[in-house]
Amino acid sequence: MIKLNNIVATYTTTRGQVNAVDGVSLEIPKGIILGIAGESGCGKSTLMKVIYGDIGYPLALSSGGVDYGFTDAKGRPVTSATIREQWFRRISYIPQSSMSSMNPVVRIREQFVDFQGSGLNKAKVLDEVRAYVKQLDLPPEVIDAYPHQLSGGMRQRVMVAMATFFQPELILADEPTTALDVVVQKGILLLLMELQERMKNTIIFVSHDMGVHYQITHKMLIMYAAKAVEYGDSEAIFRAPLHPYTRMLIRSLPTIGDTQTREGVAGRPPSLWENLQGCRFAARCPLATELCRTREPAFVEHRPGQFAACHYAGEQPATSEQPVASEAAV
Amino acid sequence: MGLLQYIGQRLLTYVAVLFIGISITFFLPRLMPNDPIDGYIAQIQSRAGQTLTPEAAAEIRATLTELYGLEGSLFTQYLNYLRRVVFGFDFGPSFSAFPRPVSELIMLALPWTLGLLLTTTVISWLLGNLIGLLAGYYHNRRFATALEVLGVLIYPIPYYILALTLILLLAYTWKLFPLSTTIRPAPLSLAQIGSILYNSALPALTLVIAGFGWNILSMKSLSVATKEEPFVTFARLKGTSDRTRMFSYVFRNALLPQVTALALSLGTIFNGALLTEMLFSYPGLGLLMRTAVGNGDYNMLYGTITMTIFAVATAALVIDLIYPLFDPRIRYR
Amino acid sequence: MKQLLRLRGAAALPVGESAEAQRGRLKLNLRLKIGLTILAFFAIASFTLPFFTDVDPAQQGTYLKNLPISWKHPLGTNTQGQSIFWYLVFAVRNSLALGITVAICISFISTMVGLSAGYIGGWYERLVMLLIDSVITIPVLPILIILSALVRGKTSFFLVGLIIVCFGWAWGARTVRSLALSLREREFVNMARFSGANTFQIITREIFPYVYAYMVVNFINTILFAINTEAALAVLGLSKVEVPTLGSILFWALNYNALFIGQRTWVIAPIVASVLLFLGLFLTSTGYNDLFAARRGRA
Repeated sequence: MIKLNNIVATYTTTRGQVNAVDGVSLEIPKGIILGIAGESGCGKSTLMKVIYGDIGYPLALSSGGVDYGFTDAKGRPVTSATIREQWFRRISYIPQSSMSSMNPVVRIREQFVDFQGSGLNKAKVLDEVRAYVKQLDLPPEVIDAYPHQLSGGMRQRVMVAMATFFQPELILADEPTTALDVVVQKGILLLLMELQERMKNTIIFVSHDMGVHYQITHKMLIMYAAKAVEYGDSEAIFRAPLHPYTRMLIRSLPTIGDTQTREGVAGRPPSLWENLQGCRFAARCPLATELCRTREPAFVEHRPGQFAACHYAGEQPATSEQPVASEAAV
Repeated sequence: MGLLQYIGQRLLTYVAVLFIGISITFFLPRLMPNDPIDGYIAQIQSRAGQTLTPEAAAEIRATLTELYGLEGSLFTQYLNYLRRVVFGFDFGPSFSAFPRPVSELIMLALPWTLGLLLTTTVISWLLGNLIGLLAGYYHNRRFATALEVLGVLIYPIPYYILALTLILLLAYTWKLFPLSTTIRPAPLSLAQIGSILYNSALPALTLVIAGFGWNILSMKSLSVATKEEPFVTFARLKGTSDRTRMFSYVFRNALLPQVTALALSLGTIFNGALLTEMLFSYPGLGLLMRTAVGNGDYNMLYGTITMTIFAVATAALVIDLIYPLFDPRIRYR
Repeated sequence: MKQLLRLRGAAALPVGESAEAQRGRLKLNLRLKIGLTILAFFAIASFTLPFFTDVDPAQQGTYLKNLPISWKHPLGTNTQGQSIFWYLVFAVRNSLALGITVAICISFISTMVGLSAGYIGGWYERLVMLLIDSVITIPVLPILIILSALVRGKTSFFLVGLIIVCFGWAWGARTVRSLALSLREREFVNMARFSGANTFQIITREIFPYVYAYMVVNFINTILFAINTEAALAVLGLSKVEVPTLGSILFWALNYNALFIGQRTWVIAPIVASVLLFLGLFLTSTGYNDLFAARRGRA
């Protein structure tokens, strides 16, 4: 179990300080794929940074932390303070763009052996790497190539290989398919699912594409304006979302055969610089009342395994309803 | 484009540049209003203190015209010139050291210039880039700012000012080095080597200091920019050590534009070297040029200038050909 | 000639400005301020002070030789009986005037050549680039030396400037052309083209404003280059050394073996003045460079 304990992450800028993540608490079971969704600026990337442990000026962990649920070499439980030592060992990271994430003038094999603590027998490690990449449908020769000689899809597979080679327990992926075309996207997603099945690790996945979340995640976390607004099994969330924002996100998904007009989510998230009172979604919410505007809803378990931060969780607005996407094919 | 195409293109440019350079060297002086022969005759007359008889003057004129290659139409002169220079590297005899051919004197001076240039350029380029790398990679620390200020102070100082300042400080105020170079030709012994080093120290120091200021600044900017690149950040997230990140990631990438920049600034570097040689009376091409100007030795002038153009163009070509070794994206399509 | 090389990728700053970048902004404003202050001081002093004296500083024997520093002679006098201070003032003025004039000419030529080459492309561009590369490869100094040697005696200050222009435009043209290349395919240029503007209009109205930032920086660098080249020639005695410039003052000092006879002021004063002036030009140039880069990053 990975525990996020009331995480508050603050950015310091010349304008002052702003909480990009403002009090998120969760328990993430092991061995699942968790998707984090939300608009730009909702704090999902910052939360990823905190979970990965990439905290440094101007980002600071003002309060709270992460309990990773595994111990280090000395038997001590790993927390936010010590997670850095586990980078690319027990925890790894798949970046968004594979082209810009690899050193263009150095062969790929060099980049496989320059992480921390991997130095001992480089030749042996590389042999194992070459054997491993075959499992990802990559010819072993790619290891000896330069990044620019590979196609985008192959490069992303190499990144996945890099991130999974040491069999980490937790993999964080930040929009790993955004820069790819849909066909390649599907390949990478299937690969991730397959690897997760086999290695039984936990993957946390950020994407703003709800369709991708629908396809591969087991659980989902929806974020809005630095807060967690919904969390639970993906299947339950897509079938019967608790939070009005989630409902809007899902409704904006296109479905084959559905000829109704898609609605976007009108309006914009509030500026985090202002002194925010009450529920942060109130300005755009069709269910908002005076209560919503004054009292911030708590993040509670409204249904078994499903959490939401809303005073009217589960209620539907009075206006005409479209059925929530049940068989959305992307 | 493929590697062969790259090389081919560079070679072509090289030949074209040489051709244009040699031609400019040929044409430019001939477009000037002065007739060098008149100037020489006037010189002789003033030295001898009397005027020459018309026959003697005519005879001298004829000899000189032939010597200078000034006979025939401009076009014939051009062709002759090209033929002589390209195929024989023949610039005719030197005037002041008559009848020794210009090419011989140039070949004597060339090793000095090349030796000085090569050593100082390599040192200042490496030193400047390494310092710039440190200053850029650790740009938040105070020493980085200090290094940058150093670069800022050094870079705008022109060669001749540096040379004069060094003379002022190190040869005049504190008599550490000689005011001008005196290297007597002698067999290569330890003492001779010592003498060479001692006399070359100031010119070398001038060239190194003049060169590395710019390297520090540009490498620092490049390092800072490269450090922000996603692949360097990702390496950090992989837990790669600072040393590996600095050298394998930042340095090896930031070096690429620096190599190109070196090739482009060769003309400037050569300029500075020639100027420095002149100021220190260092026995290289610069000094030859200087004395040639003083003596009106036009053959020597053409010779040295052509040699300079040839050296710079060749050095640039060599650097361009080495570049693919640094950048695999050009080496492999 | 030492010119700053423009970094191709360095224009864009990360969108979320870190404190580091903001500190950087303050730093560069400081550079710019210092640079401009120095330049203003030199420009104002050298252009206005001459009105306060009717003595020709180049005239020899005006004063007693080798007088020490005093109120009447702020830097003493030299072996030629000239006031070092006034000679220096005129020298700075002439160097600056030459530098600015030459820089204006060079900037004009290099911008026109560079923009047209970058925008028109094709064989025209290839030809121009070949010419530029050749001119860059030819070290300026030897050519200048040979030309000055040939016109010795008949040199005029103007001619020296002209020669510098002839060989100094290549660098700027190269930079401008790569700029023009990167801008050629941008949206707004295509729009202008489709709405019927001709080549000249596109160059002046659409591309020019972007190039402007580089031009300012380039201009200042060129001033540096021009002053330097003339001074280098003068120090060797190949320019019109009767005209006081930063280089010729050094020439005369060396000619009269100022160091041997203990006339240190004669040498030190122009060196200090030159270094300060160049520092001022350089700081201003990089200051503007950073300023424009920051503006672009924010935009």
